[in-house]
Amino acid sequence: MSVALGPAGLAVETHGLSKRFGQQLAVDRVDLAVPHGSVFGFLGPNGSGKTTTIRMLLGLAAASAGTVSLLGLEMPGRLHEVLPRVGALVEGPAFYPFLSGAANLHRLDSASPQTVPATRKARVERALERVGLGHAAAKRVHAYSLGMKQRLGIANALLSPRDLLVLDEPTNGLDPQGTREVRHLVRSLAHEGTTVFVSSHLLAEVDQMCTHAAVMSAGRLVAQGPLAELRQAGNTRIRLVTPDGGRARQVLARLGLDAEPGAGPDLSGRAAPSAQGQALGQPDGESIVAGLDGQGGLDGQGRLDGQAGRSALLPEEVVAQLVHAGVRVRGFAVERESLEDRFVALTGEGFDVAQ
Amino acid sequence: MPSSVPADTPDADAAARPAPVPAPRSSGLSLLGSELKVLFGRRRTWALLLALAAIPVLIAIAVRVSSPVPPGRGPAFLDRITQNGLFVAFTAMLVSVPLFMPLAVGVVAGDTIAGEANLGTLRYLLVAPAGRVRLLLVKYAGALAFGLVAPLAVGLAGAAIGAALFPVGPVTLLSGGVVQPPEAALRIVLIAAYLAVSLAGLSAIGLFLSTLTVVPVGAMAATVVVSVVSQVLDQLPQLEWLHPWLFSHYWLGFGDMLRQPLLWDSFASNALLQAGYIVVFGALAYGRFVSKDILS
Repeated sequence: MSVALGPAGLAVETHGLSKRFGQQLAVDRVDLAVPHGSVFGFLGPNGSGKTTTIRMLLGLAAASAGTVSLLGLEMPGRLHEVLPRVGALVEGPAFYPFLSGAANLHRLDSASPQTVPATRKARVERALERVGLGHAAAKRVHAYSLGMKQRLGIANALLSPRDLLVLDEPTNGLDPQGTREVRHLVRSLAHEGTTVFVSSHLLAEVDQMCTHAAVMSAGRLVAQGPLAELRQAGNTRIRLVTPDGGRARQVLARLGLDAEPGAGPDLSGRAAPSAQGQALGQPDGESIVAGLDGQGGLDGQGRLDGQAGRSALLPEEVVAQLVHAGVRVRGFAVERESLEDRFVALTGEGFDVAQ
Repeated sequence: MPSSVPADTPDADAAARPAPVPAPRSSGLSLLGSELKVLFGRRRTWALLLALAAIPVLIAIAVRVSSPVPPGRGPAFLDRITQNGLFVAFTAMLVSVPLFMPLAVGVVAGDTIAGEANLGTLRYLLVAPAGRVRLLLVKYAGALAFGLVAPLAVGLAGAAIGAALFPVGPVTLLSGGVVQPPEAALRIVLIAAYLAVSLAGLSAIGLFLSTLTVVPVGAMAATVVVSVVSQVLDQLPQLEWLHPWLFSHYWLGFGDMLRQPLLWDSFASNALLQAGYIVVFGALAYGRFVSKDILS
């Protein structure tokens, strides 16, 4: 595989990438940095601008502002050099329903002037085998299920050796077995050195296969970085169980922490607190929750570099202070937000499609 | 990497990696081959060609089962069919020019880009990457090929059914000369070529209209409407100054292919006019398609 990368070794790099449709800014100054060799999860709710961004990456749509470079080459200026090395699944599979699966791949493979006709048949067969469609190669796509079309779409992305794969919602419509196979496939491709850029709104999927991730919300990139850092960057909370609620709150306030009544022993901390914060059924007293990072919520700004916003306050110091002030600490736990909590904090809750 | 899934077996790994290719050979013409294969492989194209081929068959049967046509009634050549079956081909080609041919060509030309956009395959062709200019040229070449095959289908089906139902003999041309059947068959092919050139301008218009929409039926209908409008304008004496500029102006001028010696004047004027339309609408299609955001 030829390696011609930019100075930073980035497989995908955008600067100030924006797309305007009339009055609406669909993509707003996005600076993506996808390291070479990573499996990069591109997260965001429906309508957050993921697919529009992907269209601009691949030269299907022109950017209103900003620059794109793929594999170190500027797009769309050097499209004809870059795209043969890029496999793509964009906004679902699309095929000629009246042609067989194999004939569809032959057609799309012959579209590029750089593919070799002599090896086409073998490459098509191999790609079909690889996604488990060998038995359905001669069947018309008309008769394919959604999952089979999705697999065929992935097969199309794998027709030639690729340095970069851009997969938009690759597990859409797949059964659990198919989802597992795609994860497996993505890992083995990454193992071979292919950079995989995979968009999804399924957190579990990203959690399981990605090394890096970025989060889009309403056209803006609200977070980006290695997955481990993204997880860490989430708020850390302490949960305190004590019969001396009032005094504990005073201590926490002195330390600059916002205390709020916790609800029962569950870990979510989201349910409504019981009456007057007097935790019923808590034999050891009141449950109090406080964000360790000072502010309760995340402002949804700034990139998560892993070093920003870490409080100097350590949990053990909080315990020491509480004990010093005579608070009877009967329970103490440090809780970290899950990736899902983090995602919701960044993109907002609810089912409304972003405007 | 934390993984509950077993790693790839070495065998699968090796199978996944395509064999190294020593000397990549250009496959620049592959797309054209693929386009022709898809176009002439799909049922719709065959339905169109069969419908066109049915025209001479209907004419021949109608003439065969009815009483002889008195001279001067019906389309030109109709009265001569009973004496010579080859005239079925000439009659059918004449009859199909105003509507059936533009209809068939409109369907194919209107579908070129809009059809791919509608299926969503346009985005996959472009990321392959097919190249926008190359795709446009290949699509137009496909429409031109259909524009040649369509009149050929009418002419050949006409000659075949005519030979089956009527006697075949020397053909008396418009200029009064007589040619033998093999020469007459050549004239049928020449007329098909004339019609193919005639339809090239309309195909270019259809290609341009096809870049404007993702609804293929819209582009097809618009293309057919344009051809009808052009022919209507050609009938209005008040617009005589406009007539030489209408792409349908020479459509019925293929009678020159039935003279001895052959007259190439209308063929040349027609070709020049169609070339003008190809340049103008080709440029419009290029301008539209090259900068278009593919959002379908």
